[in-house]
Amino acid sequence: MEAVYSRTKTLNGNLLGFCPGCMHGTVFKLIGEVLEEMNIDSSTTAILGIGCCGLAQEVVSYDLATAPHGRACAVATGLKRANPDTIVFTYQGDGDLASIGLAETIHAANRGENITTIFINNGIYGMTGGQMAPTTLVGMKATTAPGGRDPGQHGYPLHMAEIIDQLIAPVYIERVSCNNPANVRRTKNAIRKAFRNQIECRGYSLVEVVTSCPTNWGLNPGKSLGFLEENMFKEFPLGVLRDNTEVK
Amino acid sequence: MSKKLFLKGGEAIAEAAVRAGCRFYAGYPITPQNEIPEYMARRQPQVGGVFVQGESEIASVNMVYGAGASGTRSMTSSSSVGISLKSEGISYCASARVPMVYVNMQRGGPGVGTIQASQQDYFQATKASGNGGFRMIVLAPSTVQEAVDMTYQAFDLADRDRNPVLILGDGVIGTIMEPVVLPEMKSDEEVAALKAKHHGWAIVGHSREEKRGFLTPGFWSTDSLEAHCLELEKLYSSWEENDVQVEELYLEDAEVVLVAYGTSARIAKSTMEIMRDEGCRIGMIRPKTVSPFPARSFDRINYDTCRCVLDVEMSIPAQMLYDVRLGVKDRAPVECCLRSGGNLIEREDVVKEIKKILEGGGR
Amino acid sequence: MELNLMVAGFGGQGVMMIGKLLSQAVCDSTDYNVTFFPSYGAQQRGGTANCYVVIADGDVGSPKPALVDQLIVMNDVSMVRYRNNVRSSGIIFTNSSLVQSSAERGDVTVVPIPVTEMALELGSLKVLNIIMLGVYIGFSGLIDEDLVLDCILRLLGKKPEFIELNRKAFSLGLEAGRKAKEKV
Repeated sequence: MEAVYSRTKTLNGNLLGFCPGCMHGTVFKLIGEVLEEMNIDSSTTAILGIGCCGLAQEVVSYDLATAPHGRACAVATGLKRANPDTIVFTYQGDGDLASIGLAETIHAANRGENITTIFINNGIYGMTGGQMAPTTLVGMKATTAPGGRDPGQHGYPLHMAEIIDQLIAPVYIERVSCNNPANVRRTKNAIRKAFRNQIECRGYSLVEVVTSCPTNWGLNPGKSLGFLEENMFKEFPLGVLRDNTEVK
Repeated sequence: MSKKLFLKGGEAIAEAAVRAGCRFYAGYPITPQNEIPEYMARRQPQVGGVFVQGESEIASVNMVYGAGASGTRSMTSSSSVGISLKSEGISYCASARVPMVYVNMQRGGPGVGTIQASQQDYFQATKASGNGGFRMIVLAPSTVQEAVDMTYQAFDLADRDRNPVLILGDGVIGTIMEPVVLPEMKSDEEVAALKAKHHGWAIVGHSREEKRGFLTPGFWSTDSLEAHCLELEKLYSSWEENDVQVEELYLEDAEVVLVAYGTSARIAKSTMEIMRDEGCRIGMIRPKTVSPFPARSFDRINYDTCRCVLDVEMSIPAQMLYDVRLGVKDRAPVECCLRSGGNLIEREDVVKEIKKILEGGGR
Repeated sequence: MELNLMVAGFGGQGVMMIGKLLSQAVCDSTDYNVTFFPSYGAQQRGGTANCYVVIADGDVGSPKPALVDQLIVMNDVSMVRYRNNVRSSGIIFTNSSLVQSSAERGDVTVVPIPVTEMALELGSLKVLNIIMLGVYIGFSGLIDEDLVLDCILRLLGKKPEFIELNRKAFSLGLEAGRKAKEKV
């Protein structure tokens, strides 16, 4: 019988430790497929943020380092500048990229570092246990905002893709999701484009993936999808914010 | 032998680093160490290296983490309050076993303190440079020439141990100009070979047949982390045997033994020389590595003649004092001669303390 | 042998350059050890500037000693602030165009030279530091004047008109320094 589909070789077969309904596994699979299809997995390094994404360190077969909380873009800057032949991507959650790492994220984007950032935005701290994130929706409950996010106290959700879209240097910014097969395909295309930009030395690309966190949202995976589509997409609309990849 | 040049401390250190093969520098401005990033900004592009001004000390040290993780000889520098911000990244490098060199041109503290020279960061440099109880070799130069030689050596030590190495200078070493002879420039081929040596572990990409590069400053398994800590402990212990650098002077007949490092040491040493010419039997222990600390030097003091050991540092309260006491082990009293706030130790300060001891009679 | 010199004045008077040129010349042409220590205030402009030069046949101990053997003051503020930092039987060189205060002590030699006026006569206030360096070398005879001049011409003014101006300024200072020495 002919094999028409198989697990990407960039995942080593170890068990993914992610919760049911979590989209980290999907995104790592997509990244792996892209690296394999583009034949760059042997020259690629992931710089992981702190949090659930760290669970991937035992699962992927390509080079990898863990950055201090929020500093992935700075670590990636150093690695890429010192060794331009390596394909470098950061993989960061919302607390990592948009809260503690806001300065590193924005400055790397503003310098137009030739790196790829995959940003997982689910509006909550995962591994740490459901604390409020900079992207937590107004009214959404968190262990550190038990009454829900209150704009008077906590301000409003940060829109990272839009903020980075204010900068001149970045070449490609897209917000995607993995809530259905069509969007999974779009996410894969976005990831591919972001890596192609790096290979062609075009500069900084950001792919924001709006995802769910059933465990810390306190919803089952099915209801989480509903919440994602009804509430998260409203706050964080999907689509291409910038694509300068055709202009050189 | 190459020519004697008249160079500023910070610039001399930066040039020595380049000659040692440093091809990546990231830093953030802070006085009194701006000579290093400014020099690197001009110099790195000339040798095919990289200079990045980071958006903060935190970003800069993490850029060095990333660059060092490629096997490239990498460096950052700052001063006191800025070094505090780097401590997170240093701890990560120590845990992930990423070689890197950094310089602290100490200024006054705590807090923003003063831009003037001081030695208020001894504990930070030698005891707790970040979380997690890691340790480093800490080199403390007294002159610009020594700063140059130590910087050159620091990259070899960092490479050998895959661990951060700290050059502990101060505002004086950073800003004075002195005659120096620079070490040989490593050729492009040598620099490339040094980097290639690290290919096995460096996170530069590996083929599917090779073992992947995997740098982790953290572990999911408690046993794995414990094993990691044991391995680090073995490394740190080896320094006590192999890497102590110290200058010992007149310990066999000294009535007063001065202990000082860095800028304090050059002032204390010249005081010792003047007083010996006047017939006073003064000796000295000058730690060139403050970590590992030369504890065994204190066993070579002649405690039949020694009436007192005098700890001389530009820090109030005293910090190196505790290492000195551990070395002396109550075999003689230990006194202090201290200045702080950006005021340098004066010879007159040291003379006054010595006279007090000598005139105070026996113990 | 150890000689400690402090140079003090306003920022913009070329105070640092006096110390730097002197110590560079010592480094280049003698076997002495020498340190140059610039001491800046936090202000970028308009503050006071001072520096220390220590020359020794052995290792230099303190590059910034509390008491110095010789002091060059380029303005009145520095005279008042530092005149008591000079050792007994030391020398104070003053820019007498701007320094009105006296040393208020009898145990030091004061060498007053109106370098600001001399610089203005030469047509450029910029060279007042070069004149003062000339005064210092002419008076002290510390090192061969040609070696210092070499150093000035190497480090400063690459344009022909500056070379000529610096040369004139230095020899004017030398002459004034030598004359002052004869009078002591």
